[in-house]
Amino acid sequence: MAEAFKFELVSPERLLVSAEVESVVIPGAEGEMTVMAHHAPVMTTIKPGVVTVKTASGGEERYVVFGGFADIVPAGCTLLAESAVAVKDVDRADLARRIQEAKEDAADAKDDQARSKAEQFLSQLTTLEGAILPA
Amino acid sequence: MPSLKDLRNRIASVKATQKITKAMQMVAAAKLRRAQEAAEAARPYSERMGSVLANITQAIGGGGDAPALMTGTGKDNVHLLVVCTAERGLCGGFNSQIARLARDHIRRLLADGKQVKIICVGKKGFDILRRDYASMILDRVDLREVKTLGFVNADAIAKKVIHLFNEGAFDICTLFYSQFKSVISQVPTAQQIIPAGVASAPAAAVDGGNAVYEYEPEPGEILSDLIPRNISVQVFRALLENAAGEMGAKMSAMDNATRNAGEMINKLSITYNRQRQAQITKELIEIISGAEAL
Repeated sequence: MAEAFKFELVSPERLLVSAEVESVVIPGAEGEMTVMAHHAPVMTTIKPGVVTVKTASGGEERYVVFGGFADIVPAGCTLLAESAVAVKDVDRADLARRIQEAKEDAADAKDDQARSKAEQFLSQLTTLEGAILPA
Repeated sequence: MPSLKDLRNRIASVKATQKITKAMQMVAAAKLRRAQEAAEAARPYSERMGSVLANITQAIGGGGDAPALMTGTGKDNVHLLVVCTAERGLCGGFNSQIARLARDHIRRLLADGKQVKIICVGKKGFDILRRDYASMILDRVDLREVKTLGFVNADAIAKKVIHLFNEGAFDICTLFYSQFKSVISQVPTAQQIIPAGVASAPAAAVDGGNAVYEYEPEPGEILSDLIPRNISVQVFRALLENAAGEMGAKMSAMDNATRNAGEMINKLSITYNRQRQAQITKELIEIISGAEAL
């Protein structure tokens, strides 16, 4: 059994998770990463995606996050999410609304840079939708 | 001298008012608890945000690649004031205190020959500032329809501010709100959010150690993502503090009003009883002197 470490999932409204966990899978901006105890200090932005938390007691919880960043130190990991919900509580309509907004953003973008950014965000959202829909 | 009937009516109306203020006080107390909980729940995020920001600025070491939101434009000619007040009155000096602080600030800036622009959050501040500085008000944000303050509300305000900054509409942005000290004391506060003066938080070093971080993507890139978010967080915190402060102020204002109404009822009932007594005496005298005359 792997060593446990402290993991916190915080959204601006409240503290969602604060627990001893075994491992956490984070959708980093440059690829998914699994964080375990004694991870080297890393700070990364995260893209919309699913965070999978394996708790010390053996359970597994999944949360949907919409952007944010993670602060990882050997002693623990803090995930500051722009907004976060447990996968089972995901509001389909809310997700659809976000995708709609992202589509509009992409259509409204003035220059190429903004457009590619908006399109990237849109594709991340649709991937996310695909990932949680069967759940 | 008011008649007995007038007095009776007054007493009844003051009693009705007292009932209302009492009810408002209780509603405010319940809402205050909720607002305080919300403010408390939001605290970990802003604390973490502060420590992460301090860490990352340390890593960059004030290098040239810090985003403009942090370093500012290098000028201070145009000031943007974001004045957050409540949507509703009946909360003592809460709104006027914030407005007064903002007004003093504006006067000082104008005396220095700076240009001032204002964004009002909340109806009451808008009403007060409109009287003197209507031409400077760029925009007002209405949160009256909002039941529970969410991060999205703050984010929308912050986006507006950042958008204006990117257009070069102002150089320095200051946020006005009321800090929630306790139920009876709210301190109006001015806080500069752009350029973001990152306080070198010593607390940050505690949990992170002075570890050398790896950054993914580059620190500059993270920072440019982080700073706008930090502004949203600051606004959100201000809104939450305001909400708690408003309820606290309302609670004590309504408590005072209830007490005043009680005093008034006492006074009025004494007058009423005296007058009733006087009338009875008068009637008795009339009857007795009538009987004696026979």
